[in-house]
Amino acid sequence: MKRLLNQQPSTAGRMLLSSLPFLVLLLIYLVASDLRLEANPSDKLLPSFTQMGEAIQRMAFEPNRRTGEYLFWVDTFSSLQRLLLGVLIAASFGLLIGLLTGALPLVGASFSPVLTVISLIPPLALLPVLFIVFGLGEVAKVALIAIGITPFIARDMQKRTLEIPREQLIKAQTLGGNTSQVLIRVLLPQLTPRLLDAVRLSLGTGWLFLIAAEAIASTEGLGYRIFLVRRYMSMDVILPYVAWITFLAFLLDWLLVSVNRKLFPWHGHGGGA
Amino acid sequence: MIEVRNLWKNYGDKVVLEGINARVEEGEFITLVGASGCGKSTFLKMLLGTETPSRGQLLMDGQAIKAEPDRDRGIVFQQYSVFPHMTVLDNVIAAEGFKQPGFTGLLWGKKRREARKKAQVLLEKVGLSASAQLYPHQLSGGMRQRLAIAQALLGKPRILLLDEPFGALDPGIRKDMHELVLDLWRTEKLTVFMVTHDLEEGFYLGTRLWVFDKLRQDPQAPDAYGAGITYDLPVGQPDPKELETIEENLKGSTHD
Repeated sequence: MKRLLNQQPSTAGRMLLSSLPFLVLLLIYLVASDLRLEANPSDKLLPSFTQMGEAIQRMAFEPNRRTGEYLFWVDTFSSLQRLLLGVLIAASFGLLIGLLTGALPLVGASFSPVLTVISLIPPLALLPVLFIVFGLGEVAKVALIAIGITPFIARDMQKRTLEIPREQLIKAQTLGGNTSQVLIRVLLPQLTPRLLDAVRLSLGTGWLFLIAAEAIASTEGLGYRIFLVRRYMSMDVILPYVAWITFLAFLLDWLLVSVNRKLFPWHGHGGGA
Repeated sequence: MIEVRNLWKNYGDKVVLEGINARVEEGEFITLVGASGCGKSTFLKMLLGTETPSRGQLLMDGQAIKAEPDRDRGIVFQQYSVFPHMTVLDNVIAAEGFKQPGFTGLLWGKKRREARKKAQVLLEKVGLSASAQLYPHQLSGGMRQRLAIAQALLGKPRILLLDEPFGALDPGIRKDMHELVLDLWRTEKLTVFMVTHDLEEGFYLGTRLWVFDKLRQDPQAPDAYGAGITYDLPVGQPDPKELETIEENLKGSTHD
């Protein structure tokens, strides 16, 4: 018998081990839900899977009686739109700020301190300000996401820029490269996969700000719906919605990883000596 | 071509180089050896323009050498000298692009086709044409340095600076690289400065050997005095006895 430290699961064993926690959680939920529903059939706290299925059927595949919309998809679409727009804006600004502050010492000296201070402002504390300035519409929600994650991406990009070996910049200059050429040909391409990594890390925060903004002022959206139906204790809607949000987050993460692997095969090989 | 006049370099109280005087003519191949931390790399960086002298002058054609890297001086470092996000071929084409003025350094249309053709010829010459589509991380260390050297020469530099370029390579591959460098030095009529750890390499390559070492020592204040050039030898016909003396002297020197 090998030491525990050295024991590796086989491929099949690994699959079994990784699915085990999911199965256990599922089982616990099923048993708990059954017990509660048996004691009180109108219990709302732990709905059965049939009840959740019915709720989703109602939300996703039947038009709403009042508006005629398929609420589930309307919610999904507007939430994703806000999130992606906010993240896109944050990524663009973050990349630009990070690249310039990291690559140009003069820009870095003027903006690094203020960037650090700004990144310490809790974005949610700014939400009222955003609602006052931009009104209760889409702009404020997108702005919250953008403002919330831009400082993180900008600082990460600044750090990644400084991590790129100086030797490459010197080499490009000895070949005749000027400042903009070095930025565009040497730094920018190497930052792109690192930007996607930073976006992956900030998506979780992005969802947080999205749901917070939707909970406070919105007329549709995944976060809005969850907070709306909370009033009726509709766990049969809330739980599938949470699962759906989790799935979307997973999907986005997986997409970014795949794009990175496909487009930047050289990424993650330690700068390639 | 290069003239060094009473050159000093210190970082705060730490004196790295002191009182260096030398003249170098076009076409010389100078190898710089010395214990680590003796300032030979600092000297190379001053030639490159990434460090500036604290005192004294470093002249190129009678003018103070430019304090930032430019096309006059090509460089190959021990590592990180090639662009990891470009294939071998693109690395060479990019070097062509950097020669152009303009904002992006990207080449289009006819210019790109010409640069591509030129790059392929060059890769053939340094024996990398089979690897043209590979990324640097897929190459061996020797191949990577081949690429770095080829790329550096594309800028048509007047001086080629080599900062321990073969330090990380296997002895067998080193031999090949020596051949390549000597061959390029002869055909391109370059002036070469090469920093190396390996005294024998310094003797074998090049026309002139500089040994960097401290001229005076103060055991109470090891940083008080910097290194100078203690030997300046022509090494066309190496004398094994001399090699031994220098080797012993270097081993005897106590600083890091």
